Amino acid sequence: MTDQTQPHHPDGNPSGPDADKHEADKHDTDKHHTDKHAADKHDAGRPHTDKPHADRHHAPKPADEETAAVVSLDTAGGAMGPSAVPATAQSGKIPGGPETLVRRIFTGSGTVSVLAVLLALILGGLLIALTDKQVGATASYLLARPTDFLSAVWNAATRSYVALFQGSVFNPRGGGIGGQFAPLMETLTIATPLITAGLGVALAFRAGLFNIGAQGQIIIAGILAAWTGFALHLPVGLHLLLVLVAGIIGGAFWGGLVGYLKARTGAHEVILTIMFNYIALYLLRYLLNTPAFRRPGESNPISPILDPSAVYPQIFGSQYRLHLGFLLAIAITVFVWWLLNRSTVGFEFRAVGANPKAAQTAGINVSRSTILVMAIAGALAGLSGVAQVAGTEKVLTDGVAATYGFDAITVALLGRSTPWGTFAAGLLFGAFRAGAVQMQIQTGTPIDIVLVVQSLIVLFIAAPPLVRAVFGLNPRRKKPVTAGKSKTAATTGGAA
Amino acid sequence: MKISLRANVKRGSLAGVASVGAAALLLTGCGPAPQAGSPSATASDYTGCIVSDSGGFDDQSFNQSSYEGLKKSEKDLGIKVNQVESKTNNDFEPNLRAMVSAGCNLTITVGFLLGDATKAQAAANADKHFAIIDVGYDKPIANVKPIIYDTAQAAFMAGYLAAASTKTGTVATFGGIKLPTVTIFMDGYADGVKYYNEKKGKSVKLLGWDKAKQDGSFTDDFEKQDKGKQLTQNFLDQGADIVMPVAGPVGKGAGAALKEAKAAGKDVKLIWVDSDGFLTAPDYKDIMLSSVMKQMGSAVETVVKEDKDGKFTSEPYVGTLANDGVQLAPFHDFDSAVPADVKSELDQIKKDIVDGKLKVESAASPKA
Repeated sequence: MTDQTQPHHPDGNPSGPDADKHEADKHDTDKHHTDKHAADKHDAGRPHTDKPHADRHHAPKPADEETAAVVSLDTAGGAMGPSAVPATAQSGKIPGGPETLVRRIFTGSGTVSVLAVLLALILGGLLIALTDKQVGATASYLLARPTDFLSAVWNAATRSYVALFQGSVFNPRGGGIGGQFAPLMETLTIATPLITAGLGVALAFRAGLFNIGAQGQIIIAGILAAWTGFALHLPVGLHLLLVLVAGIIGGAFWGGLVGYLKARTGAHEVILTIMFNYIALYLLRYLLNTPAFRRPGESNPISPILDPSAVYPQIFGSQYRLHLGFLLAIAITVFVWWLLNRSTVGFEFRAVGANPKAAQTAGINVSRSTILVMAIAGALAGLSGVAQVAGTEKVLTDGVAATYGFDAITVALLGRSTPWGTFAAGLLFGAFRAGAVQMQIQTGTPIDIVLVVQSLIVLFIAAPPLVRAVFGLNPRRKKPVTAGKSKTAATTGGAA
Repeated sequence: MKISLRANVKRGSLAGVASVGAAALLLTGCGPAPQAGSPSATASDYTGCIVSDSGGFDDQSFNQSSYEGLKKSEKDLGIKVNQVESKTNNDFEPNLRAMVSAGCNLTITVGFLLGDATKAQAAANADKHFAIIDVGYDKPIANVKPIIYDTAQAAFMAGYLAAASTKTGTVATFGGIKLPTVTIFMDGYADGVKYYNEKKGKSVKLLGWDKAKQDGSFTDDFEKQDKGKQLTQNFLDQGADIVMPVAGPVGKGAGAALKEAKAAGKDVKLIWVDSDGFLTAPDYKDIMLSSVMKQMGSAVETVVKEDKDGKFTSEPYVGTLANDGVQLAPFHDFDSAVPADVKSELDQIKKDIVDGKLKVESAASPKA
């Protein structure tokens, strides 16, 4: 795949340690700059794979692929610096990039994300009202006393959302400070696997890979971590460490395998990851029906409980479920941020994500990047598997991954594939999940409403023009052409 | 031009939708306003709660039956009811914690997957009562009442009935997921067929389950009806004419395949599980020979009533033929098709099982 680029780079590695250091130094002095600006200013001895038009949002349509190739080739041998083009800064169509729609979805602005959540909540509120008994009852005499109807609608929606808030952030009726903030602890607990798996998906997105396989990666990690946890009996500390390592290796293996197959055979990662999800699930079900994974003397497909030495300690004592995995998730978010924005490897990932052909021409080993990014993505999802078996569940069942692998995709989308955006989106979805319980108990609102709201968020993020139209943010009085769909996409790119 | 036209169309269609909506409201909204009055007050302070497993309360299986039992108690006993559905295994513990803090007197949990979570919450909240469906604990827990079923007893009768009714000499069964609560049906069914063969010196064949090996045909979930249809089709091709699907809603797939075969002129029959399929799956009335029923609703009602009256015990409730916790459903439309001597033999089998003369054993039988 990368053979043709080799002649330009006899050393085969355009990013030697010197370049690393050099770039790192620049970044240190230039922290407030975006990568793009930094890279444009400081040419660090790497081929220039980027074209000026990509830097301006209202630039004319990009030139065709041929020009791109020529530009890359022209600069490849020279001493021109790299231009890190974060996927989030891409605007409109990318030459040679087949997945422009995909990219547009991932690169909506922060405003759109916030508005999408808001809009989804409003629609969710209307749905709640629509299914509410009181609203139905008052609607039958709407004309006789319309205020009843309107207040019923208002009550239904606000009651549910107040319950959602009380179940996820702060419950004024809780016993003492501890009880009042218990919901927040629950939110953080549920957010933990969402954040790490979301980061895995986000990282792959940034490298241009659609990683649908977090589910399978969580499962494989869960299997290995759980087995290490209940079958081995080791001292405190070492045991948990080994569980952690087993999970990370499991996830990395399952993700890396997809990367390998894609790099070597060209098989599409979406197909591969979906199929790998099934393989993982059926492997898990098979294993749970073998004596090695079953409780002695029982025939239900449920594993023994993990040793106490193998589970994450609870951060604030046993009345909350919040465990060490959450602190780890924060650390991992910092790590992913560093990896993407400050490391050579991360630069290569983003370059491959921005334009694999240009990256290849510039001497980046695309195959290696693909395998590596999938392995790291798998390892991140694997941490979610560990958070499940060693954090909350403490056993292995066939529901070990719950729906985290798929929710992670939504989380990464909402977080616009940035590490901290993903972190925030994970917290939000954790809050939805935690609050849904209270909403169901206090108001009888079905938990499905939360799933609908989650789905609506994805829908709106995928259609930024719709969101802007609803909130009247679309630029008006433009020439007909600029009001078209493709151009509105161009205006979304700038926020990164 | 183009754009403005499009905008007009959009506005037009929006206005259209709005006016239709308004018209609908006008049509439905012309009733009289009610007089102010007090809503019907709940008579009791007792709160009964239920936590489903990931099947949800509309699974046409044990979640639904248990939920309906609790809803019936709400009406009959005037208790308050809280329900919360689990979407994934992750929801169990938060849901249970929430039920405890919502002040539930008795919390019913459904399914073996909730076993650990229920045990943990019961230990942490000794003053609260719990009941769990389909789980028996090795060591009884003082505030948890297990509700379990010796389904093999009723399935045995179904197996005998199927063997006595088959025209082709081959009957079949398949399961959803290989869980003890599923295989117990298949074990009983297999034994019933075997018992018939021994008694009558026949050799009716059973497809889909090998009791000795504890292995057979499964659809691997409780959702994909087409897989149930495909399996049933295979059984029909191998000569079976009576099928018992133990797969919740996937049983409908089996029903669909059998209906097609019937339309093609074959004489085929279906045996439903959990509830009386003649009533709960009326689409397949004309092929419904009988059903193996687990009376979960009435068990839940009984446990709630006992607890409300202060008679809670951790003694497991075991549904058997003796206490009508499990039953073979009436034949309904097939009543005339089942010969009288088969009916009396089934009555005798039931009597023998109740008296303990006939032992029906399954690896999945409740350890009581």
